[in-house]
Amino acid sequence: MKKTWWNSGQPWIWLNAGALSLALIAVAGLLILIAVRGLSHFWPAQVLEVQYHHNQQNLTLIGEIVDEEHIFASQSGELISRYLFKIGNRELDGYDFKWLDQDDIIDQAAIPELMVLERMEWGNFYGNMVNIKENNTVIAESDWSILQERLERVEQLRQQIRKIEKHDIGSINYQLERLRLKERKLALAGKSDAQIEEQRKILQTEFQQFQLQLKDLRQAIQRDSLSARVMDGQIVNIPLVTIVKAYQPNAMNIGEKLVLYFQNMWAFMSGEPREANTEGGIFPAIFGTVLMVMLMSLFVTPFGIVAALYLREYARQGLLVRLIRIAVNNLAGVPSIVYGVFGLGFFVYFLGGNLDALFFPEALPAPTFGTPGILWSSLVLALLTLPVVIVATEEGLARIPRSLREGSLALGATKAETLWRIVLPMASPALMTGMILAVARAAGEVAPLMLVGVVKLAPSLPLDGNFPFLHLDRKFMHLGFHIYDVGFQSPNVEAARPLVYATALLLVLVIVLLNLTAITWRNRLREKYKALES
Amino acid sequence: MFAAINIERHRLRKDRWLRYFVGIGGISVIIAITLIFFYLLYVVLPLFSSAEVELQHQYPLQGEQSAYLGLEEQGTMAVRVNTNGTVIFFNVPDGRIVDQQPLNLPASIKTVATMPPNVIALGLANGQALVMRYRFEISYPNDQRTIAPIIEYPLGVPLIDIDPNQQSLKQLAIQFDEDNVGIAAVTDDNRLLFSAFTREQSLFDDEIVLEQQASQMLTLDANINHLLLKADLTSIYTTQANGLLSYYAINDDKIVHRQQIATGQSQITTARFLLGGISLLIGDNQGTIQQWFPVRDQQGNFQLQQIRQFTLASSITTLTSEHRRKGFAAANDQGDIGIFYSTSHRRLYQQKLSDKAIRALAFSPRGKHLLAIDDHNTLYVLKVNNEYPEISWAALWEKIWYEDYQQPAYIWQSSAADNDFEPKLSLVPLSFGTLKGAFYAMLFAIPIGLLGAIFAAQFMAPPMRQIVKPTIETMEALPTVILGFLAGLWLAPYVEGHLPGVFTLLLVLPIGFLLFGWLWQYFPLRNRFDGWQALILVPVILMLGWLSLELSRPMEQLFFAGDMRQWLEQVLGLDYDQRNALVVGVAMGFAVTPTIFSIAEDAIFSVPQHLIRGSLALGATRWQTLVKVILPTASPGIFSAIMMGFGRAVGETMIVLMATGNTAVMDWSIFEGMRTLSANIAVEMPESEVNSTHYRVLFLAALVLFLFTFLFNTVAEIIRQRLREKFSSL
Repeated sequence: MKKTWWNSGQPWIWLNAGALSLALIAVAGLLILIAVRGLSHFWPAQVLEVQYHHNQQNLTLIGEIVDEEHIFASQSGELISRYLFKIGNRELDGYDFKWLDQDDIIDQAAIPELMVLERMEWGNFYGNMVNIKENNTVIAESDWSILQERLERVEQLRQQIRKIEKHDIGSINYQLERLRLKERKLALAGKSDAQIEEQRKILQTEFQQFQLQLKDLRQAIQRDSLSARVMDGQIVNIPLVTIVKAYQPNAMNIGEKLVLYFQNMWAFMSGEPREANTEGGIFPAIFGTVLMVMLMSLFVTPFGIVAALYLREYARQGLLVRLIRIAVNNLAGVPSIVYGVFGLGFFVYFLGGNLDALFFPEALPAPTFGTPGILWSSLVLALLTLPVVIVATEEGLARIPRSLREGSLALGATKAETLWRIVLPMASPALMTGMILAVARAAGEVAPLMLVGVVKLAPSLPLDGNFPFLHLDRKFMHLGFHIYDVGFQSPNVEAARPLVYATALLLVLVIVLLNLTAITWRNRLREKYKALES
Repeated sequence: MFAAINIERHRLRKDRWLRYFVGIGGISVIIAITLIFFYLLYVVLPLFSSAEVELQHQYPLQGEQSAYLGLEEQGTMAVRVNTNGTVIFFNVPDGRIVDQQPLNLPASIKTVATMPPNVIALGLANGQALVMRYRFEISYPNDQRTIAPIIEYPLGVPLIDIDPNQQSLKQLAIQFDEDNVGIAAVTDDNRLLFSAFTREQSLFDDEIVLEQQASQMLTLDANINHLLLKADLTSIYTTQANGLLSYYAINDDKIVHRQQIATGQSQITTARFLLGGISLLIGDNQGTIQQWFPVRDQQGNFQLQQIRQFTLASSITTLTSEHRRKGFAAANDQGDIGIFYSTSHRRLYQQKLSDKAIRALAFSPRGKHLLAIDDHNTLYVLKVNNEYPEISWAALWEKIWYEDYQQPAYIWQSSAADNDFEPKLSLVPLSFGTLKGAFYAMLFAIPIGLLGAIFAAQFMAPPMRQIVKPTIETMEALPTVILGFLAGLWLAPYVEGHLPGVFTLLLVLPIGFLLFGWLWQYFPLRNRFDGWQALILVPVILMLGWLSLELSRPMEQLFFAGDMRQWLEQVLGLDYDQRNALVVGVAMGFAVTPTIFSIAEDAIFSVPQHLIRGSLALGATRWQTLVKVILPTASPGIFSAIMMGFGRAVGETMIVLMATGNTAVMDWSIFEGMRTLSANIAVEMPESEVNSTHYRVLFLAALVLFLFTFLFNTVAEIIRQRLREKFSSL
């Protein structure tokens, strides 16, 4: 029996099955890992006050458990757990995390008064509130509702400040810069314009007014502060202006926690990054990715479709077409970094450099287009995704039954009309599939962008309220690069890790969704054409 | 009627127009591809060009012969020191003298020593030496570039007494920095002297005071014709006319003779340091120039070693090294000059300049201008265009003996902090890293991709396709930045902590599959689940995986003394990097698996049914049919799947960038990292200066990647198309 089973080839089939199932598990496992780690980032975790002994001393620690591992205790040799606590308060201790062995923990309690402050700088703060002060005089003991009220006031002021800084002053600065360039352009041509100086004066007075407003606001926002006791009993003073959010996770019920969870998630998606990208939101990265991908689709779609039309409808099927097909396939196989190198050399330095010399001599030696930027990034990615669009479109064109074309031609339509009125509309879902696949590929590609336009922190978005609104020469932030940068280049990788997982989750979600859409769309199409053919 | 014709014309015109438009669009795709290739080539090609040299001016100089020649940054003003002790600054284009300063020496000049870039020491007949430095101060009054030559005395104005016996100095060498000064000399009666000083600035005025720290003397038994002192004041090198090279170490105030070696040159005519003061260049009367530098032997002692040799027709009269690179120029008694580069072992230029012997050469600091003076006191001004001397086929792909290395090696080290750095631009370690990464990726991807494809194409129940296809396509679409980030931040530390478990897993999984399969035949409902094996195995894998990883710690305690990593290092002598080839293999294997899977599955699935049915009808089992009929028929497709996968693994950037340490080591060890061509480009490209050698070498790396993947993909594609034709004809 055993022998026949061995000879029947069944063992090999099981091995084959095992390989496939490994692949399936790997995919599922990866998605689950990212999802769990990414989503748990936003949950307001329990904060513990832990008594532990260390060198015969009893000490206290306040923090949340973020990791657990099993080790062999150094003395007993038994397998014990040790916990990684996030203790925050980086400015006081110099580190965010602390490992504690299970054996050393004497007692732990989730005291409801424990408070977590998310701050603009130095990461989270953990401690007990002592009192609230206005202009350094105590106005209340640890009253949670008063704190929230005051925080709301700070938030409103902060928004006003941001509006003035970003919007009003930003706009003035932009206009001043344009004036400077205009003046220089005129100077290059040997002319001058008295109006420029006038306009500059007006702008500068406006600027000073805003500066005054800002000064008042900044003073107002500094008014309140709170005192809190940290784990070693020390009392610290924290100005409310440095606090983003305050909450008492142990005192919250599940509903409140859920609300905070989604608030956190929203803040993450819509906020600006802080602390060298390791905290805050990723909105500029989302925005940059989306805009870049949209620009890319604008470039790749017409070229891809025209190339596919040529290959399928116009070219005589001979050696040339065969060569083009192989070339297209090769284009798909060329490593993405090679596109990056090509883009940097050809687009940025060659094309961009020449454009600058021709059209923007007033800005030189500061480059306008002769430096990496969103335009070049989208062009490079368009080149990179061209094969995807061509292959998908060709497939769509090939599936349209001959009879339809012949019918149209027989009725006297020209080839162009047949294509425009009959073939392309029928193939449009296939074109969409190609585009979606191209977008999915482009959204996840990072390597070439590192050379042609992505930066870790862009001062302004490539799209804003200043004429000409879309700034193709600007550098931008990108989700994929954000992951690389925060995960590998930031000074405090440990603290930034949850944020990287959350970013990765967002990117994976977008790409998997795009792909699944394209796949179902394509499958439905195939079924439809099968029905048409029969 | 006319209107109808017009419409007709209009339609036809539109038709024609679209035809052209689409034709142009199609052809532009080909153009785009060739553009990538040609642009890369266009950037790379200048690397291999020779130097271009143009004779700009030529005129006779007035007065005495020159003992020293030097040149300003832009090549507009030069300095020469006459044998009678006059410093003359002159305009390069026309020879007009700008400034002339007699040095008023108490005795005649017997020898001239230099310390690049701009220090001159004159050894006199009375045993004293004068040390001076020239400078060109550049200012822009009224936007006009104005150069003011300046002479300074960095060691103080008074002459320095070198020989207490006041014998005439035959040879002189000097090195100094902010604090320490060393002067070596050989006297007429063949004593080798070495004096060390400390250099201090007087508190009251800016006067510099030298304080003698040591003075040693050694009587030599031979005639020395060149003397060189190393910049760190530890070694003295001397040459004799008969071809002997000696090395003296300066140890605790003593000159110790260490080594005498025959260079094999018949008669040494010139000797000097290359930039950095490590390599010696020695020219002889046969026209060969040897490069020597000290190499540590097994006992840790320095021994001079001949590294390479250059030739320039006949007896070498003078040598000069570039100020910022390891290049040099040489001239001979026939009036030939040559420009060379040491690391790449290249002669970049050779030309006859004069009928007479050339006596002196000088490079401008940027190496863009070269001055030469011949025996008739004629000055030649040459404009040199020599941008990329560092690169040769050998420098890129062969073992090179770099300065301070014990033997020739493949090294990639493109930049360093100090100016004397010798760039090491061997592409071998990067190519090795690329292949290593791809190899380990294939080690994981081929079994999983191919075996999985076989199961999916031939044994899988059709409804299961609904799960498998989208999953694999999702796998293919996952951005590599995510895989790399997980590999670097999650997998690498995890594997490090669970090493025994990971290796057990590799062993246990196949055994587990077989064992479970064997048990399955006793399961009553087994036939119902035929084709669902892959799904049935999921819990098995999860359980085995959980078990192996949970048992990892105890196993580590039991077999590896608690720490497998340490055990590897101590018992097997293997270095362990946290981000290593194993991690890269898993992560990149994950990225490549779907490529292999899809193409192989397509090839196996499209094997004509009548072949399979025929085989089955003849009584073969399904496995026999697969091995004897299906796989041979589909083998070209499988081959092309593997090639495509390999091509993808070779070009992958983000995963290797994040999951390895990016150190360019050459070791196949699975526990060590690597640096690949692609990751190297990603790391270094943003920092490289446009059109520099480094920039172009990175383009060359990209071109190598392009050609490599182009070759692999084209072959794979042609095989695939052939196979498709074969199937359709069957």
